[in-house]
Amino acid sequence: MATVELRFSALPEHVRTARLVAAAVARRAGVDEAVLDELRLAVGEACSRAVGLHQISGVTAPVKVALIEEEKQFSIEVGDEAPHAVPGGDTSAGQDGDAEVEEDEMGLAVISGLVDDVEVTTGQNGGLIRMTWPTTPPATALV
Amino acid sequence: MDLSLSTRTVGDRTVVEVGGEIDVYTAPKLREQLVELVNDGNFHLVVDMEGVDFLDSTGLGVLVGGLKRVRAHEGSLRLVCNQERILKIFRITGLTKVFPIHTSVEEAVAATD
Repeated sequence: MATVELRFSALPEHVRTARLVAAAVARRAGVDEAVLDELRLAVGEACSRAVGLHQISGVTAPVKVALIEEEKQFSIEVGDEAPHAVPGGDTSAGQDGDAEVEEDEMGLAVISGLVDDVEVTTGQNGGLIRMTWPTTPPATALV
Repeated sequence: MDLSLSTRTVGDRTVVEVGGEIDVYTAPKLREQLVELVNDGNFHLVVDMEGVDFLDSTGLGVLVGGLKRVRAHEGSLRLVCNQERILKIFRITGLTKVFPIHTSVEEAVAATD
């Protein structure tokens, strides 16, 4: 299992860098060219969401992106360290953040529309979006 | 690539030509431009997206915000886009039902309904 990890300060200008790196690593891993546009968009959405969550919550920790090459599949994990509202838990943090919440939901809607295999986990110490795509091994690997 | 914006007037429409990437970093510039146009009394906007290489949900949010603003003045916001990868984002979010999307600026400028 080969992994590339990226950590960046929660600033909007770094999201583009994350998109470019993710697409480059995915291409190398054998993700279909036709899917790379969608992958780029999905990882951008996940990173934008994480940046927004860090900024709203005043979290200074970086956003983490792990690009994981496995046999026959390629996964991207985008992790944030923002305290998420847990169902049934304290929801006072989100009271005047309606616009942010809407954008957050729009981002997730785009991700789930683009990626068939996506898992979103959230807890009080942060959240993780894991997206997976199939890969075709390069011809040389068959030799 | 950064975002490029230019505006011109065609009849009673204001055409905003957008180029580059509309994402979480650049979307605020587009938002400012749309707000400024509406504040200056331009309520019939055509956003030409043919030069857009990338659009994310932040960009969609700005366009929806623009639409809300012009509608408050009984205006309109029409899009020009032929790029499949951009159109796909409007489709999966259901926004093709919200925005009139045209294949050319001429068509968008001529549209009246």
